[in-house]
Amino acid sequence: MQVGRVGDAGGVPTETVAGTAGLRDFLHGLPGVDQVGVEERAKRLATRSIKTSAKAQAIDAAIAMVDLTTLEGADTPGKVRALCAKALRPDPDDPKVPRVAAVCVYSDLVGVAVEALEGSDVKVASVATSFPSGRAPLAAKLADTRAAVEAGADEIDMVIDRGAFLAGDYGKVFDEIAAVKEACGDAHLKVILETGELVTYDNVRRASWLAMRAGADFIKTSTGKVSPAATLPVTLVMLEAVRDFRAATGRQVGVKPAGGIRTTKDAIRYLVLVNETAGPDWLTPQWFRIGASSLLNDLLMQRRKLADCVYQGPDYFTVD
Amino acid sequence: MNFDYAPAPESASIVDIRPSYGLFIDGEFTDPADGRSFKSVNPATEEVLAEIAEAGAEDVDRAVAAARAAYENVWGPMPGRERAKYLYRIARLIQERSRELAILESIDNGKPIRESRDVDLPLVAAHFFYHAGWADKLSYAGYGPDPRPLGVAAQVIPWNFPLLMLAWKIAPALACGNTVVLKPAETTPLTALVFADICRQADLPKGVVNIVTGAGETGRLLVEHDGVDKVAFTGSTEVGKQIARSVAGTRKKLTLELGGKAANVVFDDAPLDQAVEGVVNGIFFNQGHVCCAGSRLLVHEPIAEELLDRLKARMATLRVGDPLDKNTDVGAINSAAQLEKIRMLSQVGEREGAQRWSPPCELPDRGYWFAPTLFTGVAQSHRIAREEIFGPVLSVLTFRTPDEAVAKANNTPYGLSAGVWTEKGSRILWMAERLRAGVVWANTYNKFDPTSPFGGYKESGFGREGGRHGLEAYLNV
Repeated sequence: MQVGRVGDAGGVPTETVAGTAGLRDFLHGLPGVDQVGVEERAKRLATRSIKTSAKAQAIDAAIAMVDLTTLEGADTPGKVRALCAKALRPDPDDPKVPRVAAVCVYSDLVGVAVEALEGSDVKVASVATSFPSGRAPLAAKLADTRAAVEAGADEIDMVIDRGAFLAGDYGKVFDEIAAVKEACGDAHLKVILETGELVTYDNVRRASWLAMRAGADFIKTSTGKVSPAATLPVTLVMLEAVRDFRAATGRQVGVKPAGGIRTTKDAIRYLVLVNETAGPDWLTPQWFRIGASSLLNDLLMQRRKLADCVYQGPDYFTVD
Repeated sequence: MNFDYAPAPESASIVDIRPSYGLFIDGEFTDPADGRSFKSVNPATEEVLAEIAEAGAEDVDRAVAAARAAYENVWGPMPGRERAKYLYRIARLIQERSRELAILESIDNGKPIRESRDVDLPLVAAHFFYHAGWADKLSYAGYGPDPRPLGVAAQVIPWNFPLLMLAWKIAPALACGNTVVLKPAETTPLTALVFADICRQADLPKGVVNIVTGAGETGRLLVEHDGVDKVAFTGSTEVGKQIARSVAGTRKKLTLELGGKAANVVFDDAPLDQAVEGVVNGIFFNQGHVCCAGSRLLVHEPIAEELLDRLKARMATLRVGDPLDKNTDVGAINSAAQLEKIRMLSQVGEREGAQRWSPPCELPDRGYWFAPTLFTGVAQSHRIAREEIFGPVLSVLTFRTPDEAVAKANNTPYGLSAGVWTEKGSRILWMAERLRAGVVWANTYNKFDPTSPFGGYKESGFGREGGRHGLEAYLNV
């Protein structure tokens, strides 16, 4: 995977990035997003009918894109180990079920997850930077990030400073992302925009570009702690942003909707959105992830329904 | 990953198409006097769907007489609140049978099931619900304390939105106390005939709605009939002019909704992705068989290249094919004759020097198909910028200033609709004041609602359909 240098706009003339004023001009010069139009488009794409072989393909793709997540104050090493076991073998009765993409935990539990997943290709993702609010001094955020990386995290899910963004202090948000990116070293950086707090689609588009230009490898909708979390129109705007960013700079950035995606039907709607907006290039776990916890069992249930033509009761799917 | 959607066809099994259909006159299906008939064809497969009776002079006489009797004896004298009950009942029956009607519409017309299901049918029901609400409130419509109906309405409708155009015609006519004789288009009569069945199901008094099928000659007999008080026509400007000539000097009240060559104007500060979506929706909705289609894209020069790149990328994702597949975006062209016209005008466009482009797209072997097509380098003087193509063909022109955009948008004999795309609210109002079009959409396109009057300027016709304004066409005011 091609990763831009820290703070590199990747092909966009760097002078436009220089200084907060230049950054502000750039972000406010992006084409606007019409709310009615984008919601209508997302709604229309949600009516796509994915059946039979296409559904089977979509379910397996979605399973492989899941970032299996537990982010609770009550998380324990035991809980994380159980989740890792599920990630490695989602359906104990069917070894053909693909593994999920990653397990996503708090930074202090990264070590537990790394140990449990050792030798597998399932990645360990850690939230960092005072997740979910992001309200902490930069030094604390960087320490949080470094601790997670040192414990072996492959991916860091940081949150942006929404307060600074909403106050128009884009330079601060940019510098923080760039600093965290540097602290990540080889770990991939997912930047959580928390779109439920940014509220407008114009803000979502600007925050997407801001994060990508500051070095994000992925842009992610939400922490899952704020409602609304991921929505189809918000994800559509972000997919348009990564598509346009690649067209402008040649660098591809991934997208991760997270929070509120619970059913197979939801997941397939997201895949359709990716397919018809950013395009099939993004339809791999390398470029598209779904942050979820309960989604996985519904995917497994629908997968078995397709194969056996009957629904199994929930007791046939493991609860971890 | 290559994500190919498996076929997801809507099941046609719930639709029961009879081998032949008669004329719906005075509450009964009857055979035409001279026994003539024609065939309705599925444009996606060229299969014959049914034999349809062709109404002659004698049949039209009978239909008009039945409508007159119903008007004099039942429907005219009936209080508005009683008429409303029938209209509400029809609206509910349409909703109940909407799946059947949507499938039948797609089979007979060729439009994608997604559109007949999500656009046509909900609007059809909405038009009946809306006008049912007016039936007992006409005294408050602004046309005097007790506005009277006109009598018998002769209504001739086109093939592009067969059931929706029927609703636009029949719902206001009935709400205002008129009775109707309606002629559906010869290529798409089937949903109108199911609607006749719905009228019976609703116990609508006989003769209030009469449906006579046939081609242009039947339509001519109907609109020229001495017994009609009102003529309403939606269709081509050419036929509209003939009708205007034929009713000139008679007592008949006339409304015409004719062709269009609408401009969709995109400024450099437009929300680009939504503008692209609006341009696609403006011209490829219903295969471009839309009188208000945004068939001329006027794009601000500074963003022309970027917009076209995005538009082409978007067009490449349009799914053309089986109208009954739930994932189809663009269906079949309605008839061989229409396909021929679209081909001819596209060839003219190439000959006149415009650059033609279509996304790679596989068209089915049988049926009438035309790939979504874009012409760039089009000038106002080209025929493809002046004539209504009525197909999935977009002509792209550029402009430099708002004044130039207005001048080019208005430089057409038509004046049905226009679209404006800009994030600047004041510019939307400035444009709307200057565009000579009956409908101006801002940052959207092809939006319809029964509460909103629809109709044209200049050679796009006169009179309005929908809303309070639409009632005027069916009241003696």
